[in-house]
Amino acid sequence: MKILGIIAAFVFLVILPPFISSYWLTILTQMLIFAVLAMSLDILMGYSGLASFGHCAYFGTAAYVVAILTTRYQVGFLGSAGSALLATAVLGLIFGLLVAHTAGVYFLMITLALGMVIWGLAFRWVSMTGGDNGIAGIPRPHMGIPLSFDNPVVFYYFTFVVFLLCLLLLYLFIQSPFGQSLLGIRESESRMRSLGYNTWLHKYLAYVVAGIFGGVAGILWSYYNGFVSPMDAELTSSFEAFLMVILGGAGTLLGPAVGAGIIVFLKNFVSAYTQRWLLIIGAVYILTIMYAPGGLGGLVKQFLKGGEK
Amino acid sequence: MKKRYIFFGLVVLALVGLAITPAPSFAKAKGPIKIGFFAPLTGHAAQTGRDMLSGLQLFLIHQNWQVAGRKIKLISEDTEAKPAVAMTKVRKLVEKDGVHVLIGGLMASTGYALMPYVDAKKIPAIYAIMASDDLTQRHRGKWMVRTGWASSQPSHPFGDYAYKTLGFRKIVTIGYDYAFGWEVIGGFQQTFEDAGGRIIQKLWTPVGTLDYGPYLGRINKDADAVFALFFGSGALNFVKQYKQYGLKDKIPLIGGGTTTDEHVLPSMGDEAIGVITALHYSEAIDNPVNKKFREAFKEYAGKMASYYGEGPYTGGKWIIEAAKKINGDVENKEAFLKALKTLKITDAPRGPIELDKYGNPIQNIYIRKVQRINGELHNTVIKTYPKVSQFWTYNPEEYLKQPLYSRNYPPLKK
Repeated sequence: MKILGIIAAFVFLVILPPFISSYWLTILTQMLIFAVLAMSLDILMGYSGLASFGHCAYFGTAAYVVAILTTRYQVGFLGSAGSALLATAVLGLIFGLLVAHTAGVYFLMITLALGMVIWGLAFRWVSMTGGDNGIAGIPRPHMGIPLSFDNPVVFYYFTFVVFLLCLLLLYLFIQSPFGQSLLGIRESESRMRSLGYNTWLHKYLAYVVAGIFGGVAGILWSYYNGFVSPMDAELTSSFEAFLMVILGGAGTLLGPAVGAGIIVFLKNFVSAYTQRWLLIIGAVYILTIMYAPGGLGGLVKQFLKGGEK
Repeated sequence: MKKRYIFFGLVVLALVGLAITPAPSFAKAKGPIKIGFFAPLTGHAAQTGRDMLSGLQLFLIHQNWQVAGRKIKLISEDTEAKPAVAMTKVRKLVEKDGVHVLIGGLMASTGYALMPYVDAKKIPAIYAIMASDDLTQRHRGKWMVRTGWASSQPSHPFGDYAYKTLGFRKIVTIGYDYAFGWEVIGGFQQTFEDAGGRIIQKLWTPVGTLDYGPYLGRINKDADAVFALFFGSGALNFVKQYKQYGLKDKIPLIGGGTTTDEHVLPSMGDEAIGVITALHYSEAIDNPVNKKFREAFKEYAGKMASYYGEGPYTGGKWIIEAAKKINGDVENKEAFLKALKTLKITDAPRGPIELDKYGNPIQNIYIRKVQRINGELHNTVIKTYPKVSQFWTYNPEEYLKQPLYSRNYPPLKK
């Protein structure tokens, strides 16, 4: 059963893209970018039990670093992307100090506030970020290979490779002893502490790692759109990522990726047919929470279990 | 077990089916002329977006949905007032629907985001509302055609008018703390101070501020007038609170056009009477075309016409007139663009319009005073400045050397 699923995904994501229209290709690219964002948030929400409302701070920071470096200082791909990752890591290390000792609703509130700080910076630091007008005209990266990233097919495969890489790294991260102890903290922090684990450090590092992967998504987004604006770091964007994880199923890694795909799809597909598309997406959320609290990932797990009987 | 295979097979088939939608073909000559419209139709700016759509639809209805023997098809998309969403939707309009021309957009950020894309795809984009100065000044795009206005364009004559005709010497400005606010106020400050006046204080409030008490208390009482720039519920609240704080009878209130725009004017009361503002449109302009437009708009959209409705109405007219000029051959993109850029219209509701060589309309600017006529508030035109360019009386090259108006430019003189 699993093999069939993998084959279907392979056909859909690897073989099909060159044959579909350029519009659907860009939507597919967008799905993968948000899949990376949702997976990185899942490290916090699903595996550490820390719900963050400010995850797009990292997404936005990375996007802005790339935008500023490429448009203003003509820095190449490696320089921009590297600096963006470094910036998100530093940001995570600083913000982590403020949030890692909290949990539950307090964690939610502090991350929300910190997210707004980054948004405010993007909105008000006009000389650097262009303020509300954002930064336009970010060129696609040149990699020194004969393929042009301006071609949507090439950029799609580039995004796909980055997505796979992130998936693999995050999977290894979760399977590692460190990741397993995160699960322990999620289940019972006090028990883990009494077993001698430094739970603060675990949460702190998980927060930083999640931030860095959120940054990866931000880098892709910046190149994909050729444009960043404060909206990318806004609360509603963080909220959308949050909902992608809920819909896909927190703590399943691939689930949030699928959730991201579904939301991007619904937003672009349904809205072409009705102005009431928000109603439909709202209904999807409510149905998910009522009938599949484990999200789609949870449903598939149940489904597969049923199949193995 | 078998069922599950079938299920998976169906899912794969469905996905493949969705993915392989036919690519747009431009070869189908003499099909309908497709116009792609994008604006916020949900979210906080939805009302404005709907007014824009109504304006465009209204014109196309008047046009009977055809031009030069070809039918017109309008495809509209919701941008949620987010530039990134607008990008995705515009890609859809261009790459999936194969539109020949784009029109719409509310936020300036959307305008900047779009430009590299429409230039790459060579699709003419009509900017009927998006006003940011630099779109037609320091960051121009080839395929963008602005039929709306530049934020500081009405402010330039107004600064002059405030000094020479209204006789103000010292003015306090207050407005939204972002690009649109800076440009409207910056333009006013520049010409007002050139004429000999002085801005003695500049107050900035965050977008979305509802309680202006803390700001009103700080207004320097030596001022001859207060220049305010707000829109939406902010405009409603500011004008109301300005009266409640007892300032209305002491210091006259003037402002940017959106402060008393017709999208909020019907919700205002006596507190708005006497406020003087400047814009390139007023619902009260007295000409036969505008009279016909405002009556038709009222009937179609059920509300008072504002520049948000007039902009896309005239934008639609712009597209149709250009298409007529090239006999409907919009597939010839270069010719279409040339027609769009060289068009002159004399019978738009707002008056005659032509584009300067930087791509911004040269048009009338109206100084308007809120008055109550037959029980309704209107922006009565008290002075018309004909043929105002975005550079006012300045030399364009000299003007472009100065920085874009911002929070600190022009600076407050000590």
